[in-house]
Amino acid sequence: MLRLEPRAATPWWLAVASPLMAVVATMVAGGVLFALMGFDPVASIRTIFWDPLFGPASGYSRPQLLVKAGPLILIASGLAIGFRAGIWNIGAEGQYIIGGICGAAVALAAYPAEGAWIFPAMVLAGAAGGWAWGMIPATLRNWTGASEILVSLMLVYVAQRVAAWMAFGPMRSPEGFGMPGSRNLQHYPSAANPELMAGTGAHWGVVAAALAVLATWFLMSRHIRGFRIRVAGLAPRAARFAGVRPETLVAFCLGLSGALAGMAGLFEVSGPGGQITDSFGSGYGFTAIIVAFLGRLHPLGILLAGLLLALTYIGGELAQLMLQLPAATVQVFQGMLLFFLLGFDTLTRYRLRWRGTK
Amino acid sequence: MCKGGNRLTCQKHNGDGVTDELFRAEGLSKTYPGVRANDEVSFSVAAGEIHALLGENGAGKSTLVKAIYGLIRPDAGRMWLGGVPHAPSDPHAARAAGVGMVFQHFSLFDALTVAENIALGMDAPPRRADLSRRIAQVSAAYGLPLNPARRIESLSAGERQRVEIVRCLLGNPRLLIMDEPTSVLTPQEAEILFATLRQLAAQGTAILYISHKLDEIRTHCDRATILRQGRVVGTVNPRDHSARELAAMMVGAEMRLVDRSGRQAGAVVLTVAGLTSAPATEGTSLQDVGFQIRAGEILGIGGVAGNGQEELIAALSGETTGRPGTVVLDGHDLSAQGPEPRRRAGLLAAPEDRLGHAAVPEMSLTENAILTGATRQQLQRRGVIDHRAARRFAETIIADFDVRTPGPATAAGALSGGNLQKFVIGREILQAPRALVVNQPTWGVDAGAAAAIRQALLDLAGRGAAVVVISQDLDELLELSDRFAALNAGRLSAPVATEGLTLEQIGLMLGGAHGMEVAHVAA
Ligand SMILES: Nc1ncnc2c1ncn2[C@@H]1O[C@H](COP(=O)(O)OP(=O)(O)OP(=O)(O)O)[C@@H](O)[C@H]1O
Ligand SMILES: [Mg+2]
Repeated sequence: MLRLEPRAATPWWLAVASPLMAVVATMVAGGVLFALMGFDPVASIRTIFWDPLFGPASGYSRPQLLVKAGPLILIASGLAIGFRAGIWNIGAEGQYIIGGICGAAVALAAYPAEGAWIFPAMVLAGAAGGWAWGMIPATLRNWTGASEILVSLMLVYVAQRVAAWMAFGPMRSPEGFGMPGSRNLQHYPSAANPELMAGTGAHWGVVAAALAVLATWFLMSRHIRGFRIRVAGLAPRAARFAGVRPETLVAFCLGLSGALAGMAGLFEVSGPGGQITDSFGSGYGFTAIIVAFLGRLHPLGILLAGLLLALTYIGGELAQLMLQLPAATVQVFQGMLLFFLLGFDTLTRYRLRWRGTK
Repeated sequence: MCKGGNRLTCQKHNGDGVTDELFRAEGLSKTYPGVRANDEVSFSVAAGEIHALLGENGAGKSTLVKAIYGLIRPDAGRMWLGGVPHAPSDPHAARAAGVGMVFQHFSLFDALTVAENIALGMDAPPRRADLSRRIAQVSAAYGLPLNPARRIESLSAGERQRVEIVRCLLGNPRLLIMDEPTSVLTPQEAEILFATLRQLAAQGTAILYISHKLDEIRTHCDRATILRQGRVVGTVNPRDHSARELAAMMVGAEMRLVDRSGRQAGAVVLTVAGLTSAPATEGTSLQDVGFQIRAGEILGIGGVAGNGQEELIAALSGETTGRPGTVVLDGHDLSAQGPEPRRRAGLLAAPEDRLGHAAVPEMSLTENAILTGATRQQLQRRGVIDHRAARRFAETIIADFDVRTPGPATAAGALSGGNLQKFVIGREILQAPRALVVNQPTWGVDAGAAAAIRQALLDLAGRGAAVVVISQDLDELLELSDRFAALNAGRLSAPVATEGLTLEQIGLMLGGAHGMEVAHVAA
């Protein structure tokens, strides 16, 4: 009989090795899956993980890496802080959508005026929108004890309806010939979030993601507030003894992760996305959860994990285009990645032992 | 061939040399990074005997019994149980072989009820109704009252201990290990426990017993094996030696006595008045608690755990806040303030539960120094942590309070129980509080270190601080305090001078406490 036994201590290298093993296992399992579906497994894996960076068309796909990784890293940085404290914001997708809508609202209200204040105001509005959307589960948890996991998740579906309503109603572009969707902000200079350096894919959202990585690293490892967040996650009673008020912590973590997700939404709508449509949310908010865990809730890890998951997006699209792999490939890969990570994580805390039945 | 039947006769055929030897260890060694916790330990325990393990904090007692219980695997050495080699790979295997253990630190789930916790600890839990009945039976047979439906969260340390003991007894162990079971019990509760142990021993159970209370060991234990720095220095009959002699064998030196002189009561520092906590659904709520304490004075608060001790320290540390005027330090009303402003004002506290409350087991000692020292010790500047200052502070605590550990980077959970306690108390004392409130300051601390902690508390008062000591140990309270008050069902009696107070008078003050009634019923 196979049994799991708790380890006395987790060797440090296992903690680093388990995400790497998860990546390898995902490639192997993905290859088997493709083989069963009748595709060449080696070519498929190469198309997804290698070609976007070094393949023949990499000149086009490489900038996409930062475009996709930016929002993932920005959102995951915020989520990881809450996760460290045992506060589970599962609804970053909703905060992302609302942030995008609020930021776009500022731009559309100012249109067609031009001014240097417009873009910063949009960023603030995006952050405020995401913050407010995150404060709903925080407030409900503090006042009624409602689970922030369920509330934040359900608010994603509300946010998606709001986006559809905006696209068909208040934000519909008057010049759009009745098509749903707002004006394209890329064509509105004061509100646009363009590529900053040609060929890199880097826009202001990527800059914000880099700053977020630095800031959360500083917060969690150098600042007393981050220290207390870690204490709260490890020993809630000790945190209260140290002076942490649980309500404040819930509001801080949900508010901050909401604000960062909201900013990510704004950078998307003013940049690569361009407009609010009825399907504005693109799943970044959910994928960021995988990024956070794959990155060990550590800023540097999140940076690497964000790049890796961005690669699965681009590689998946490429595979769809070149090999006619199904569109669900990306989700399957991301799901497997989380699945294997959780599996290997169990092995860092337990060891497998073969034992005869008594 | 030894399954079932009469164990004792079975031993006689199997034992090699000693006729009724139940357990034997030979050459057990265990090394942790930087520490040799057990060094070639050999000893044996007979069936029906209460065998004590003695040693200073960090001598390796817990490590040794964890090896017997299958929690850790020794690096070298062998063990036998009932004549058969004993090498449990996990506690499950150890329990199957007939080993039961009550831990130094509780291993209970706070959010679950007593019955649920007991069921979780069993390998084949019976149905809920049967289990409740068996819990009731065992509690009645051994005088350990328990309400199976209460949540652990609401229980005091003493009550939690009871849960652990009952859980263990349900498994009918033939070797029962108890790691400091009486540290948090009152003398009365401890007497009941010993009656239980005697009863078990008479039925042939071997008991391996760890405690720092030497008098207790001298009255109740048949043999004692003494450890020093992981090595066995000898096995003796504790009745043939005085407590001082035993302590000298453990330490290799003489103990010092506590010096109470050189203190003078000054102005009133801390005033607590009309402290009433909201009626809790579980646990005890405080009822109009009030006292005043002057600079240089030590107030002792006695009583059985679970009578409001946890609530009182939470109300003073700032974890729970109160109505205006309930907690006043040096004329400043701190009632509405949380723990940090209170620390800044000079009101410090050290709760009894060191793992998970007073300290974070997973964090290093340096980080645990930051936990309460951040503001007063200037370990942060505008929120930015000064890790070097924190490490220096941790090093100072380690040096001044003789905390035995490889260094400040060690995780708090890797310290022996008594050493972590020294660290926690030292951390608060070294911050030079105006008023310090401690709960069970010498829980699980060896005799020498307990004397050092008590002396440190007296010295703190000598420097003009007000000290409140909450404890179940009446000897400790009489030794330390200038005035004494009893906490009963959330009510605090009026403090009286300790000078000339007899144990009978204290008994009367404590009378009516529910724990005491229990003691009468069971006796
Ligand atoms: N998990 C661990 N990691 C590292 N060192 C450890 C660990 N557990 C114990 N030690 C070290 O081993 C030594 C023996 O510890 P042990 O807990 O056995 O002491 P003890 O005799 O039970 O002391 P106490 O009376 O204070 O409970 C100590 O120096 C302790 O710091
Ligand atoms: Mg111990």
